[in-house]
Amino acid sequence: MTNRVSRLAAVAVIALSFLSLACYTVQTFANAAVKPEKDRRAAPDFALKDANGNSVRLSDYKGKVVLLDFWATWCGPCKVEIPWFIQFEQQYKDKGFAVLGVSMDEDGWNVVKPFIEEHKMNYRVALGNDQVSELYGGLDSLPTTLLVDRSGRIAKIHIGLETGRDGFENEITNLLAAPTMGGVRPTPGFLPAWLAGPR
Amino acid sequence: MVSCQPGLLGQGSGALTIGQIDSATAKRGGSFIEKIPLHLKTGFHCNSNTPADEYLIPLKLTWTPGPAQADAVVYPKPQLENYAFSPKPVSVYSGTFVLETKFKVPADAKPGMAMINGKLRYQACNERECLPPKTLDVQIPIDIE
Repeated sequence: MTNRVSRLAAVAVIALSFLSLACYTVQTFANAAVKPEKDRRAAPDFALKDANGNSVRLSDYKGKVVLLDFWATWCGPCKVEIPWFIQFEQQYKDKGFAVLGVSMDEDGWNVVKPFIEEHKMNYRVALGNDQVSELYGGLDSLPTTLLVDRSGRIAKIHIGLETGRDGFENEITNLLAAPTMGGVRPTPGFLPAWLAGPR
Repeated sequence: MVSCQPGLLGQGSGALTIGQIDSATAKRGGSFIEKIPLHLKTGFHCNSNTPADEYLIPLKLTWTPGPAQADAVVYPKPQLENYAFSPKPVSVYSGTFVLETKFKVPADAKPGMAMINGKLRYQACNERECLPPKTLDVQIPIDIE
């Protein structure tokens, strides 16, 4: 009887150890998905117009975690991500999160507005230009998606479809859970030196 | 009488490059067919001239009026490929393919060397990302006899 209890206890201890290790591993991977705070650099600010003609600045979003998506209507892989971003906007907008799409369509609102309606995009979309493209290193590939932390620093850059919906969601929830730095954005320094660093 | 000689070297530094274009020799009042070889980097495709989705940017070769009059550009038959990002097959070109244009030299054309100029617009993607649309210059040297 005593032996049986001992064996059960040993199995339980081993199982718990494995569970702890698994949790730790998952958490470590999840945390590793975004850059450590010390490596983050300020996201260059910009002023663009949204579909209603209102001015949009990245700095308007201070204190929020922002998913900044550079995309275009002609970009097939961009269309894969859009439904995810619609869900994230819906799910996390009341938790200090926002999606900001920046369309790089040369044909402007004539093509972008119908696309927004067709795809029922519930987040704000602005029209990009060459200046913004230069600020962000040229945007040679779309989609280019950045996660900007509450302090206005780039926590992650995804070029192309390099992560799935769950990957984005892990990064967003990690950033939302991180302690704020008083909601103050650092002065945006000019870079695209950040491109040279780790994504 | 039409004859072709080796001409321009390929150009383009993006996903699509233009191969060697033969220079043309044609008599006034004559015609000739010019082939424009194109090559896409491995893994990349560009939309065909007739993409099914209205938002996609078609491949388009246009010729500016010059020493020879261009007929309609002949595009090869596109491939219908399935990609993760599209619920329906996408009409594309990949690898190496050739566009053709028939030119007519007017009877009153000025004899001598001249240049036919065109623009090739394309937009390329792979499975994971898309490159911005690009326009390349296309030039055919022509010797009008």
